[in-house]
Amino acid sequence: MNPKLMEIQDLSVNFHTPEGIVRAVDNISFDVAAGETLGLVGESGCGKSVTSLSILGLIAAPPGKIASGKILFEDQDLLRLDAEELRQIRGRDISMIFQEPMTSLNPVLPIGRQVAEPLMVHKGLSKSEAYQQALRWLNLVKIPAARTRLDDYPHQLSGGMRQRVMIAMAMVCGPKLMIADEPTTALDVTIQAQILSLMIGLKEDLDMALLLITHDLGVIAQMASRVLVMYAGEIVEEASAVDLFDRPFHPYTRGLHKSIPRLHARGKSRRRLNEISGTVPLLTTPIPGCKFADRCPHVFEHCREHRPELFPIDDGQRARCWLKKFPEQRKSDA
Amino acid sequence: MPEPHLLEIRDLTKHFPLGSGAFIKPKAWIRAVESVSFHVLKGENFGLVGESGCGKSTLGRLILRLIDPTSGRIFFNDREITGLSRTEMRPYRSRMQIIFQDPYSSLDPRMKVAAIITEPLRTSWDVSKAERRNIAAALLERVGLRAIDLGKFPHEFSGGQRQRIGIARALCVRPELIVADEPVSALDVSIQAQVINLMEDLKDEFKLSYVFISHDLSIIHHVCDRIAVMYLGAIVELAPNEVFTTAPRHPYTEALLQSIPLPDPHRRIRPFAMEGDVPNPMEPPPGCAFHPRCQYAFDRCRVEIPGLAAVAPDHHVACWLNQGKGL
Repeated sequence: MNPKLMEIQDLSVNFHTPEGIVRAVDNISFDVAAGETLGLVGESGCGKSVTSLSILGLIAAPPGKIASGKILFEDQDLLRLDAEELRQIRGRDISMIFQEPMTSLNPVLPIGRQVAEPLMVHKGLSKSEAYQQALRWLNLVKIPAARTRLDDYPHQLSGGMRQRVMIAMAMVCGPKLMIADEPTTALDVTIQAQILSLMIGLKEDLDMALLLITHDLGVIAQMASRVLVMYAGEIVEEASAVDLFDRPFHPYTRGLHKSIPRLHARGKSRRRLNEISGTVPLLTTPIPGCKFADRCPHVFEHCREHRPELFPIDDGQRARCWLKKFPEQRKSDA
Repeated sequence: MPEPHLLEIRDLTKHFPLGSGAFIKPKAWIRAVESVSFHVLKGENFGLVGESGCGKSTLGRLILRLIDPTSGRIFFNDREITGLSRTEMRPYRSRMQIIFQDPYSSLDPRMKVAAIITEPLRTSWDVSKAERRNIAAALLERVGLRAIDLGKFPHEFSGGQRQRIGIARALCVRPELIVADEPVSALDVSIQAQVINLMEDLKDEFKLSYVFISHDLSIIHHVCDRIAVMYLGAIVELAPNEVFTTAPRHPYTEALLQSIPLPDPHRRIRPFAMEGDVPNPMEPPPGCAFHPRCQYAFDRCRVEIPGLAAVAPDHHVACWLNQGKGL
């Protein structure tokens, strides 16, 4: 097993809103090994983006507040660093790409400058050296005719090209960890394929860990080696990508699998999609038992009163579900 | 006996002027939809799939005459509706409805649910207020919400619930055709399934036909009987559902299919990365619009635009590779 690059311990993030305290991330712990691709999957509001933003100290406070926990990056607690120390790490050791490249690139700076800037800030390169490197990276991320593009502004590029620029920006300093939050969600499917294949290629060439955040199980299956499933601020299942798809344990993970339309196998008899009934619970009211209980097809009394822990299943697979302790309660899957 | 056509589109074209004003000539034209023809049978789910900017949403709006075509003809139940005036169009409005993508912006935030759902009735029928409320309550319960929700405002609902309200609004005038423009794209996967299942149930109950517009081929494939793939304003392949998993013929369809990340870690193929971007619809390339990205492109593709031609009964492809190979 690779050494732990980052370790998150008991992280809780709350948002103070007029409706009450939203427990966006509720006591989560996980690690990222050097060089691995860890997938973080879940639906909107499950806390996956809040988790990634806390790592980089990007939670707006107020209303956000990191209530407890540690984020150890190479044994250094990121939550204890001041703004300046964090700035040293951000963009150099840990970098991030966001969903919407148009809002995360600076619209009034040419792209060459934006890619070169981290090198001048973090590596102390001169302007011409930094531009040389920037050009090299724009070529690596396959921007056609990169040399003529250095002075282009973000609005002159297509969505796919902007995301390539974001990737170049995130990569120039050779980070140890890259956090990609829904990197392809805003893109068309053929462009998504280009960006994913670019990311796979870059990851193979460089020894870098990737924390990939997405709602798309397809992207997870193609990219991740290990996966965390989040629901309502908690990690509900952790498994290798293969186990997660071959033998998911948690009823939520199982439900997600069966609710995605698949391309193959459909004759005249239309297969009905599996629904997960109901909606995600409000995170302002504390739930004593399992947060998925209201939507779970297997729910029994115990679930509503007691909060399950992440029980070990097998081979590093863990699931936050009482069915592990009370297997006789499992109703046969329809 | 041939099945009746509910909707028929012939050579529909829409060009949007760019940079024009009251007395200013347009600088350029965006060719959003270029000579598109197809029909939708009664009770059929017809799918329009393509990437952003391919013209699928413009086409959806043209069908409902929410915008007027540059040229081409639209028939609804064998009656041409292309040239109809606003008043003449009125009886048709209640027979064709639309569901929009974004349930957050398609419902008026200052209207209560009861008013939102029955708004189409106010123009179509003479119905009393009490009656309207009863209709709204019944519809709301049918789409999975409760009658007491009638007095609430849109912001009190989740995305999935709002989309249900949008569906109830469309159903309220008992339409025969619903154009659903990306109805589940803004929703989470588990909620997507709820809405798709609901739409399928309602289809039988209300005897609906859908024109289902989406960028997501897996959803279109799940829902639709026949599918048209669009690229830069034109249909490049039109075929029954099964063809897309067995024998798609257009290189773009092939690329679309291979670009979908499969939810299966055992079939981890490096995503097929077709090079290049969709061309600018203001300056479409000469010849086949897809040729700059096509791995099979040859000389003819660069100069001549291929028309949609039959390669099998009911299967049409616009590609020079397939010309003369079919029927």
